[in-house]
Amino acid sequence: MADYNTMELMICTAARELEDGACVGVGTGAPCAAAMLAQKAHSPNLVILFEAGGAAPLIPEMPISVGDSRTTWKAVMASGMCEIMESACRGMLDYTFLGGAQIDMYGNLNSTRIGPDHQKPKVRFPGSGGANDFASFCWRMMVMTPQDPKRFTEKVSYITTPGWLQGGDSRAKSGLPLGAGPYKIITNMAVMDFEPESKRMRLIAVNPGYAEKDVQDNCGFELLKAKKITENKPPTKHELSILREEIDPYRYVIGR
Amino acid sequence: MEVLAQGIGAIFTDPDADKARAFFRKKSRALKPKVMSVKEAVEKYVHDGDYLVIGGFGANRIPTAVCHEMIRQGRKNMGFAGHTSTHDFQILCAGEVFDKLDVAYIVGLEARGLSPNARRYMESGKVNVSEWTNYSLSVRFKAAAAGVSFYPARNIMGTDTFHYSGAKIIQCPFTGVKYAAMPAIYPDIAVIHVHESDIYGNCRIRGITVSDLDVARAAKHLIITTERLIQNDEIRRDPSYTAIPYYYVDAVCEVPYGSYPGNMYGEYFSDEEHLKEWLKVEENPEEFKKFLDKNIYSCKDHFEYIEKNGGMHKLLRLREKEFMFSKARD
Repeated sequence: MADYNTMELMICTAARELEDGACVGVGTGAPCAAAMLAQKAHSPNLVILFEAGGAAPLIPEMPISVGDSRTTWKAVMASGMCEIMESACRGMLDYTFLGGAQIDMYGNLNSTRIGPDHQKPKVRFPGSGGANDFASFCWRMMVMTPQDPKRFTEKVSYITTPGWLQGGDSRAKSGLPLGAGPYKIITNMAVMDFEPESKRMRLIAVNPGYAEKDVQDNCGFELLKAKKITENKPPTKHELSILREEIDPYRYVIGR
Repeated sequence: MEVLAQGIGAIFTDPDADKARAFFRKKSRALKPKVMSVKEAVEKYVHDGDYLVIGGFGANRIPTAVCHEMIRQGRKNMGFAGHTSTHDFQILCAGEVFDKLDVAYIVGLEARGLSPNARRYMESGKVNVSEWTNYSLSVRFKAAAAGVSFYPARNIMGTDTFHYSGAKIIQCPFTGVKYAAMPAIYPDIAVIHVHESDIYGNCRIRGITVSDLDVARAAKHLIITTERLIQNDEIRRDPSYTAIPYYYVDAVCEVPYGSYPGNMYGEYFSDEEHLKEWLKVEENPEEFKKFLDKNIYSCKDHFEYIEKNGGMHKLLRLREKEFMFSKARD
């Protein structure tokens, strides 16, 4: 019996993607926990940026808003939205971590609406916020989301935030900055990347306790598979103690 | 210039820079006291049909008192910039103040969850919606602040966010690269909560500024609510701290704890219990009506609202929370 839950595993897997000295734009929740864990565990020089203006903070505990006081705790600058997004557009943000939403085989995200009528949607969601901006500009976009067939859909009904758009060279032709795009999708079951030519989502690693079939069964489209599918390492004691004791002692994120 | 593609969303404000110049030419530069009550400021400067921008970031450094006053005075048919508007959006939806909306982030309160009433309003079909992103709205304000009619940006292309926006795709005359041209927003009225202001409207802001420096410059009229008034001598002693100079400002309202129940950097943290109560009570429209009567419609001003929700004891706890973080959480 593993002594960690899937949210903790997801956060630890995500944190390991952030190397020391990199620069990451994050939102609240699991992505922020992953960036905080990376900073405390192995990347002390990780530059964390918040879209509302918080630049390179040493965050004491989970912020509840990407603009609350905790996002500028021991930061180097309290700036504004243009400062952060201009840095991203200039090419200085290596990564962004976006949260859960509907996602398709090319990594496009829907966080706007369900239903065909834009002016009278069946369900209205928040919209882009800064997600479209970060996903357009940051070199490598990563998504953390639970693996289920409703979220992983062949084609999102509405592209709020760009992935590889229609695949192939469609993103390059769109006008979005060249070379940036979806990089990895991290779920409770697996890690996916994107096949370089078709830009289709591809399974590259499974989490302990899950098989390839579990992942495919919980995905609404056919996943490509890497030649060699590895198994992710479970969280270490060190990672878990930082996560539980320092980052999220009230289990706002890891208790979900 | 050739337009390669364009969105189908409406543009609710005129991006014409010459018309804006004609307006700003006539705007008063007089150094005169502008202190007034929130009620007076809303009566004088906020009108039905105006396009409104609220400063801060959703539940951080927001002018709550003015949002409440707008719905008490029954403002309607306004345009609004949903530029990560969270609790402010909740209040405005409660009064159905706007029916034209530029969306970047709406209906949610970030990690706290979604607002049932804001969703009901947005799913009712009563609102004409144009879709954007946080940065897109930032640069639309930036364009207006710079006195130009659009700003080129490299986001939104290829997405439905572009399709439902009012942006147009153009080609750079130097490199041939595509850009999304974002039309300037010159708001009729903007409201910004600050840490300190003198009686003329010279303002200081601590912490993040979000898009407020551009919003203050883009707006035709600007209401400032301030945690505290300070002497003009203090502003002049070191002008490097001034974020907004007085000649952009029309009204100054002293509202201590003015961002409550939102967070105010270096002053007090957000009242999470009360924000949770808002989200909960909105599930039931009848209960929500009673809640609004108690907390807004029957209140004379912001202080009565605070009194009803814990008063000075609550505020002191929120101050502790702001300064002591985890230790003050329980």
